This record gives sequence, C-alpha cells and structure tokens, in this order.
Amino acid sequence: MSKPLNVALIGNPNTGKTSIFNLLTGLNQKVGNYPGITVEKKEGTCRLPNGTKAHVVDLPGTYSLNASSADEQLVVETLLSKNKKDYPDVAVVVADVENLKRNLILFTQIKDLQIPAILVVNMADQMERRGISLDVAMLEKKIQSKVVLVSSRKRTGIEQLKNLLEDYRSLAVSKTIHMADIDHDYFDRLQQAFPEQDLYSLWLVVSQDVPLTKIDDELQSVNNYSERATPEIKRLQQKETIARYLFINRFLKDVYQVDSSKATDWRSLLDRVLTHRVGGYVAFFLVMLLIFQAIYNWSSVPMDFIDESFVRLSEWAGNHLPAGPFTSLLAEGIIPGIGGIVIFIPQIAFLFLFISLLEESGYMSRIVFLMDRVMRRFGLSGKSVVPLISGTACAIPAVMAARNIENWKERLITILVTPFTTCSARLPVYLIIIALVIPDRTILGFNLQGLTLMGLYALGFAMAVFSAFILDKILKNKARTFFVIEMPAYKLPLAKNVLYTVIEKTKSFIFGAGKIILAISIVLWFLASNGYSDDFYKADEIVRAQVENAQLSDEEMETAIASYQLRHSYIGILGHTIEPVIRPLGYDWKIGIALVTSFAAREVFVATLATIYSVGSDEEETIKVRMSTDTNARTGEKLFTFPTGISLLLFYAFAMQCMSTLAVVKKETNSWKWPLIQLVLMTGFAYLASMIAFQLLK
Amino acid sequence: MINVDQSMIKDTIISLKRGEKGIIGNFSVDQIPVKLQEMGCLPGNEVQVIQLAPFKDPLYLNINGNNVAIRRETALLIEITKLS
Repeated sequence: MSKPLNVALIGNPNTGKTSIFNLLTGLNQKVGNYPGITVEKKEGTCRLPNGTKAHVVDLPGTYSLNASSADEQLVVETLLSKNKKDYPDVAVVVADVENLKRNLILFTQIKDLQIPAILVVNMADQMERRGISLDVAMLEKKIQSKVVLVSSRKRTGIEQLKNLLEDYRSLAVSKTIHMADIDHDYFDRLQQAFPEQDLYSLWLVVSQDVPLTKIDDELQSVNNYSERATPEIKRLQQKETIARYLFINRFLKDVYQVDSSKATDWRSLLDRVLTHRVGGYVAFFLVMLLIFQAIYNWSSVPMDFIDESFVRLSEWAGNHLPAGPFTSLLAEGIIPGIGGIVIFIPQIAFLFLFISLLEESGYMSRIVFLMDRVMRRFGLSGKSVVPLISGTACAIPAVMAARNIENWKERLITILVTPFTTCSARLPVYLIIIALVIPDRTILGFNLQGLTLMGLYALGFAMAVFSAFILDKILKNKARTFFVIEMPAYKLPLAKNVLYTVIEKTKSFIFGAGKIILAISIVLWFLASNGYSDDFYKADEIVRAQVENAQLSDEEMETAIASYQLRHSYIGILGHTIEPVIRPLGYDWKIGIALVTSFAAREVFVATLATIYSVGSDEEETIKVRMSTDTNARTGEKLFTFPTGISLLLFYAFAMQCMSTLAVVKKETNSWKWPLIQLVLMTGFAYLASMIAFQLLK
Repeated sequence: MINVDQSMIKDTIISLKRGEKGIIGNFSVDQIPVKLQEMGCLPGNEVQVIQLAPFKDPLYLNINGNNVAIRRETALLIEITKLS
C-alpha cells in the first residue's frame, strides 16, 4: 500500500476551517486525548477518488506565521519540520470569502515556504447575498495555485478539492515575495550565515518573539543567530507585511469586487444591540440565564428516564442472573456506578451544545469585547472569558483555550483560576444535592432549584475573578500586553458542526470518566461487601441479638442488618477512620468515602454513593430516594440536611478534585509548581469555607 | 487663557467618535503588534470606529475592511488624519 498523503488544513480563525475538515473526513477523526475544538491537534482520514488515503491534520486557527500565541507557534513549528512525519505534502489554506484580502496574507506566507498549496474560498454561497464577485481563473493565475470555491453549508466544492489533492504534484511551487528585495543588506547577511537554508524559513526562525523549539535540527541552530530579536526585526516585519499587501493589492481589485448596496447588513444591526454599552450587557445576561434554565429544565425528562432504567436493569440483573459474586458485582457495583454517570449525558450534551453555539455564531467575540475592560481590572484579559465560559463544560480544553491569550501573565492567571468555574463534572454533584436540600418551588417564574444552580455558577465565576485579582497583585508582569481580537461576521451555526462537537465532547467525557468510574466501582464494591471481623460475618446474629426486644418488621430487620454489615466492611472501617476530619463539615463516613474517591474526578461522587447504597440492598429505589432517607448513624438525624448540603456544595465549588486538570495545567505551564499550588490552595480554601458554612447554619 | 495650536496635537484613533473615519498615519513599529499590522493597520489605510465599550475601552474598529477590537492604550499610539 502506498504511503498516505499528508494534508494540512491551515487558515485564519472563523473561516470555517473545521467545517471543511468535517466534510473531508466525516466521522473518521480523532481529537488528541481530550475534548476540544482545534485547540489540540485534530486529525482524520479521507479516501481520494483514486483510492489514495489522505491523512488530514486540522491545525489551530492562525492569522499569520509570525506567531503571537502558543497555538500559532504550533503551526509554524509544524511547517518548519520537514523531517517529521506530520510535515504536509500539501497545504489546504482555508479563506473566508468576505475577508479574502487578509486571508491571502497567510496564503502568501505558506507559498513562500514552498509547500504546495491549494486555496479554498469558503462560504461561497454567501457571495451573492453579500454582493461579492470573484474571478477564480484570474486569481489562480495571479497566485500560481489552484483555487476552489467551497460552501460547507451547501456541501459543494469538496469533490473538486479532493480531485486537486490527488493531483497535488502538479501544483506550482513558487514564491510570492522575495525577502532579499525587502532589505538586501540584512537578508544577504542572513543567507550568508546559513547558505544551505531557505531564506524565508530562516527569517521565520529569526523573527519570532519566542524561540521555536520543535523544528528541524538544522534550523535550531539559527536560534543562536546574533541578529535575532533586535528592534530592526520589527521594522523589517512591517516592511514584509507591506510587501505582501502590495503583492495582493496588485491583482485583487481585478479579481474581487464587492457591491455593498446588494448586501443586507445584519452585522451592524446585530452589533448595534449586542455590543451596546448597556444593551450588550443585558443581552449577555439574558443569554446566560436562558442557557442555565434550559440545562436545568430541558434535561429533567430524559434524566428521570435514565435513572429509572438503571434501577430496573440492576434489579433485573440481580433477579435473573445466577446468584454469586459476579452477579452481585454487576448488580451492586458496576450498573449503579455506570448509571451514576450516564444519567448526566443529557445535561452535559446541552452544555456542550450551547458553548458550541456561542462560538460558532460569532457571539463569543462580542462577549470578549464587552468584558475586556472589566476582566483587566482583575489581571485577566477579555479573552479569558472564553476559557472561563468553556470551563463550564470542562476545565481541560478550557485551560488549553487560554493559549490564545498573548500576554503570559494574563494567560497564567487565566489557567490558574479556570478550575473554579463550574465544570460539567460538578453538575452531577450539584444536581443531586440541590434536589435533596433546596425546595422545588417557583419564585417570580423561575424555578428555585434552577436559580440555586445559576447561583453556584456565579459563585464559581466570582471566585475565579477574585483569585485572579489576588494573583494579579502577587505575580510579576513579564511582558507588555497586546490585545487584538477579530470580530467575525455573525453566522448561523452549521447543524453538522455543532452536532459533531456535541457528540465528540460528550463521548470523550463519558468514556474518560467511565473508565475511572468502572474501576472505582469495582474496588468500592469489593471493599463494601467484604470485611475481616466477626462483626461483618456474623452481622445477622449480632443484630438479631441486639434488637431482640424491639418489634421490628422483616424489612426493618433486613435494613438494620445491612447497615450494620456495611459499617463493619473494609470501606466502613476506612470511612470511620477519616470521619473525625470531615465531621466539622457536616459529613458522615459515606460522604467521606465519596469525597476521597472524587479526588480522581468529581463526578465519581454520585457513582460512589450509588455503589455504597446499593450494596446489600435489593429494594427498587433511585439513588436520590436512598440519599434523602438516609440518616446519620451518629446523630440519628437525616443525613442530607440543609447545612450539610450547602457545605457539600461549597466544597465541590472550590476544591481542586480533578487529576486530568492538574496534568493539563502542568503541561501548559511547564512546571509542577502551579498545579501543586492549585491543589493545596483550592482544597484548603474549600475545607475552610465548608466548615464555616456548616457551623454557621447548623 | 493658554492658546494651544490645534495642529500641533496629533490625532490618534481615540480622537474618533463612533462612526467616524480616519486615515492611518505613523506609529512606532515596536509598539504595535505585527498581528494588528497584518490585519491591515498600516500607514495609508482607512480606519472606522464601529462601537465603543464603556469608558471607550476597548474599541471595535474596521481597519482596511477587517473588523477588530483593540484596547485604548494601543489605539492611543496610532496616529490618524480624520476624514469628514
């Protein structure tokens, strides 16, 4: 079999690059190890008409090869690594028909690296509506490349693109501008220092603000070039940009015309409201309110259904499979454990759906614009809003999304505070506790439980912003701040893109969490159904002897035996050992066990309680019912009271209980120092806050 | 009263009101990010203020056909000639 063709998708953000990727690869794609759109390397495969396999990499959105963020740096490094396996045989540069001029800047840079390149002009279906006309044949001649008009909305042009990919060897490899013409003196000297290398590649290495590290060895040595990072560089970069615009302007007005009288100006109409100094904030608040109410209300029906189904499945397994340790493990360990997470699929899917809509529609940039000044007072950037909002789905892609923040200090603070935002793993915990301790009433047309949930989200944001403010005072600023953000056109989100994002992210969430939960459920089941003392093995006799005189029904007797047995199982002993530590917070040993297991991942909390409550019980009840009727063995009172509930909510709001987030923070900050600080400070603060709340409320 | 010669004070992007246009003049290259220049912020190009956030910061601009938002501190460094 022939070697697959390496195709790199490159383009400015907001050009619909990801839609092209989806059209090319369909569902034959995978996203690194974690959920996230184009933040980490996204790859997929597609079959070309002649049967050749193409390996397509969707590189992060980039405005130029002069990297100003970690994401852009990754793109430049990929393109300067001829010896690596991902080096593209052909580059597909995706441009948006409305911003063709600016998109062509990036195209000329790719061409100058002498990589065969195809220009895809996306959103071609919008041309007529926006009064744009484009002479494709002439453009092809001028840029010495092939041009394809694609509409990802109408799915046209993709076959033509595949044909061109097949034929990539016939693409002309030529430069658009010659660096030496910009400044003979400087560039001749640079070329003489490294006579073997391509001049533009050399210039890219020399001119970057941050030294490139993951590039070919021969280019690595260029990092030591004495004329690196001089003020001269900035002047030359401007000259280079002007030269590129001159090259483009020479032909653009002949091939590309806009008749603005034909265009309906939705953009300014919407912007007048959505970026208005008052209206903009009102709209933002309403959008957020709508999202949280929707997440809460729309998902309750499928959730109740899933909950009942798992109870029935567990019961069926217990009754119909041959009795024995395996059946007991399945019915009391695995099924309740998995059920504890599956139930949250509707909510998590809704959350991912809304975040994806915010990004796809172009509204997210308006939020950044509105929030920048406020955020800056807390040492953050308007761009921190993106991690903070997408952190409501999962902190892992959110921490990675902070890569778009150019200033290191603002980026570091954003990374450090993002885990405070209420991620979807906290949602299961919040929902079950809210259902137990907050009355289901309506106030002013809003559901009280829904409002509490929104309050918890607000608390997460407030805490993130507050700690950012403190960090801003402590940390030293390294570099000056630049803030440039594109305000893209408003787009009707593509159903297919949104659907892929929702499926992809929900899947990773469920499978990622599923593995941990499965393992923990098995361990917990084992620890809860075994013990070493007589108290455990002879629970039946002991309890019967103890309550001899009391008049207990059979059912009450069974419950009493089961709880005595659980108390003396391994997990009961372990739980009771740690109980003194968590007693001031209002928790009993069962919650304690759930707290310990959820240091792997928060969502394990519910699964843990589900497993603990299922062992030894064969009644058909949902976890919620079991939790609401459970009593504290020490005090004899109801376990999940209002103070305990609030204390738990606060603990989960503040504590750092996610190993994957710690790992990704380590990766993004390149040191163990920051994740350790997060772990200690966040968890310590959570302990104190919960203790104070419980002691005041009880 | 002090008489200030108006022509001595150079206009920058922040002197533009919402909806007003100007032609970009000089700026010091090491203070303006390359990215903004690549978005068309180059001497001779047109700039229009589309929207201002509260306290006129950041500014939502149309520069040479590109829609971008920048902070006041950056806008302050870019000289312009107002278009009426």
